[in-house]
Amino acid sequence: MKRYIARRLMQGVALLFVVATIVFILGRLTGNPVDLMLPEDATAEDRANLTRALDLDGTLTDQFLIFAGKALHGDLGTSIRMKQPAVQVFFDRLPNTLALIPWALLLGMALGIPLGVVAALHRGSWLDRAAGTVAVLGIAMPSFWLGILLIFVFSVELGWLPSSRMGGPEHYVLPVITLGTFLVAGFMRITRSAMLEVMESEFVKLARIKGLSETTVIWKHCLRNALIPVLTLWGVFVSNLITGAIVTETVFAWPGIGRLTYEAVIFRDFPLLQAVIILKSILILGVNLGVDILYAYVDPRIRLP
Amino acid sequence: MSDTPSGDTVLEVRDLHTHFFLRRGVVKAVDGVSFSLKRGEVLGLVGESGCGKSLTALSLMRLLPKGGARTIKGEVLLGGENLLERTPAEMRAIRGRRLSMVLQDPQTSLNPVFTVGDQLREAIERRRKGASLAEIMKEAVAALRRVEIAAPEQRIGQYPHQMSGGMKQRVVGAIAISGEPEVLIADEPTTALDVTIQLQYLKLLKRLQAENGMAILFITHDFGVVGRMCDRVAVMYAGRIVECGPVKQIFEAPSHPYTRALIASVPKMTGTVGRLTTIEGQPPSLMDLPKGCRFASRCGLVEQRCLDAYPATVQVGEAHTADCWKVSPS
Ligand SMILES: Nc1ncnc2c1ncn2[C@@H]1O[C@H](COP(=O)(O)OP(=O)(O)O)[C@@H](O)[C@H]1O
Ligand code: SF4
Ligand SMILES: [Mg+2]
Repeated sequence: MKRYIARRLMQGVALLFVVATIVFILGRLTGNPVDLMLPEDATAEDRANLTRALDLDGTLTDQFLIFAGKALHGDLGTSIRMKQPAVQVFFDRLPNTLALIPWALLLGMALGIPLGVVAALHRGSWLDRAAGTVAVLGIAMPSFWLGILLIFVFSVELGWLPSSRMGGPEHYVLPVITLGTFLVAGFMRITRSAMLEVMESEFVKLARIKGLSETTVIWKHCLRNALIPVLTLWGVFVSNLITGAIVTETVFAWPGIGRLTYEAVIFRDFPLLQAVIILKSILILGVNLGVDILYAYVDPRIRLP
Repeated sequence: MSDTPSGDTVLEVRDLHTHFFLRRGVVKAVDGVSFSLKRGEVLGLVGESGCGKSLTALSLMRLLPKGGARTIKGEVLLGGENLLERTPAEMRAIRGRRLSMVLQDPQTSLNPVFTVGDQLREAIERRRKGASLAEIMKEAVAALRRVEIAAPEQRIGQYPHQMSGGMKQRVVGAIAISGEPEVLIADEPTTALDVTIQLQYLKLLKRLQAENGMAILFITHDFGVVGRMCDRVAVMYAGRIVECGPVKQIFEAPSHPYTRALIASVPKMTGTVGRLTTIEGQPPSLMDLPKGCRFASRCGLVEQRCLDAYPATVQVGEAHTADCWKVSPS
C-alpha cells in the first residue's frame, strides 16, 4: 500500500510538471500578456515594469527556470488585481468551494443511488423510464439555466431563499441543488447498470437460497457490490465539481475558486489564472489518489502491491 | 414414474413443467419431471448439459432465472406440502432451513465484499434467532471445522478471494447446510474443481449427509460420480426423466438406450472420475420437441412407433422404470 501511494505520488508530480509546462507555454503562445493587461495608452516604462514583475524578461528558457524555481518554493506569482500572492488568494477562496462539494455529492448520491436501484429493480417498466427521464433532464439542463431558474422561482418570485453570496445554511440550498442535479443522473445510471449486473450473480442466488429477505439481498448484497463502480465516479465527480463550479459559483456570486477562475479570466489576471490552473490540477490529482485508496479499501479483492 | 410416497419420503416432485416463454417461442426446459427422495437418500440427476437439470433444481427452490421462466404445472411436495402454492414469504422461511442448495461455481457463489464469517453468520442467524454475536460466530467456526477447513478461526475473517476454489466450495457447503435442511440440492458441485479436490468434496458431502441424515439431490453430468455418491439415479433427457432406479441396477443393467450410451461413454467405472464423452448427434431443440420419443434422433433401436408417440413408462424392476418402447416389463 505504501509503495502504491509513493508510486502514485510520483506519477502525480510528473503529471504536474507536464501541466505546469503546458500552462507556461500556453501563457507565452497566446500573445504577450503585458499587451493584454495594460491599457492602450500605457507608457513604455509601465510596460517594462510589468514585464519585469511578471518575469517575462529574459529568454524563454530563463523565464521557465525562474517560473519553475519559484513554483517549487510555493510562489506562483502575484495577482495583479488583488496585489496578493496568487497562491494565497486561491487558498483563501478554496474553503468556500470545498464547503459546497460534499453537499452536492451527498445530494447527487442521496437521489441518484436509490433512483438507480429502483430503476434496476423495475427494469423496463414505467418507473425505470421515469427515473431515466429524470436522469437525462439533470444532465441536459445547463447549470447556468438551472441556477437562474432556481433564483427566479425561489428568490425573486417566492422570496424564500437568498440568490447570492455566502452566508447561513439557506445560502447553500440553491447552489447545492444546481451542482447536485448534474450528479444525480451520473449516480443513477451507474448504480442502475451495476445493480443489473450484480443482481444476476451467483452469490445473489446463494443469498436467496439462504432464505434472506429481499431487502437484505438487494440493499446489502447487491448494492454493496454495485457501489464499487459508483465510488470510481467520485473521483470524476469531485474533479468535475472543482472545475465545473465556475458556472454555478458565478451565477450565485459564490466566492469560491470557480468564481475566482472566472474573475481571473475576466480581469485578465494572468498570474492568478496560471496559479489557479496549477493548483486545481494538484487538487484533482489528490482527490483521485484519495478515491483510489478508498476504492482499495471498499473492494477487498484489490490488494495494492 | 410410479414412486409411491411412503412415510419417509421427504421430497416428491410430480409432473413438473417449467418453461421459458420467449418472444421466439416456448423453451420446454423442464417438461414433465417426476421423482421422489427419501430421508437420508442420495438421488443422482444425470444428463447432458442443457437437458434441464439446473432449471429443475431452481424450480424446486422457486428461484427461477429472470426472463420469462415460469413453472406452469406440477407439484413439489416437501414433507407433503406443495411448495408451488407457498407465498414468497413462506418460501423464504423454507429456503435454507428445509430446502437448500449448493451452486456449481465456487468462484462466483460467495459475495466478494463480505467476509466468509459474515456470510455464514447470516445463514446461522436464521436458525439461532436471538443468539449473541459471539455465540453465532462460535457456531460459524464450528461450521467451517465441520467442512474440514483448517484454522477456521482465521478463515472466518477472510474474504472469498483469499481462498482456493475447493475451500470456497466447502464454505458454500457450510452455508447451505447451516440451516440443517431436510433436503440439499447439489448442482454439479464439483464440476468446477480439480479432480483431486473433487474426490475430497464428494467424500465430505457423503460424510455430512451421513451425519445429519439429510437427503441429497445430486446433479451431475458425470456418470462416473454417480456410482460413488448416489443410492438411486434419475437419468434426464431433453426435459424429462427417461430412466430411474437404484444405482446398482442401472449400472449393471441399464434399460434405456440413452442410459446405456451414457454409461458406455464413461471411460472406466473403476477409474477415478469419469468424463462424459459426447454421444453422437444432438438432443432435440427444447423449443421444437418431437411428439414421439425425444431420443429417437440418436437411438440405434428407433422404429416407427418411437416416432409416433412418446413411450409409456415401463416398470423394469422394483423401483426401476424406463420410458422406452423397446423395454419390456420385468
Ligand atoms: N435464461 C434462459 N433463457 C432461455 N432459455 C434458457 C435460459 N436458461 C436456460 N435455458 C434453457 O433451458 C435448458 C435447460 O437449462 P439448464 O437447466 O441450465 O440445463 P443443465 O443444468 O441440465 O445443463 C437449456 O437447454 C436452455 O436452452
Ligand atoms: S423409445 Fe424408441 S427411440 Fe426412444 S429410446 Fe426407446 S427405442 Fe430408442
Ligand atoms: Mg446446470
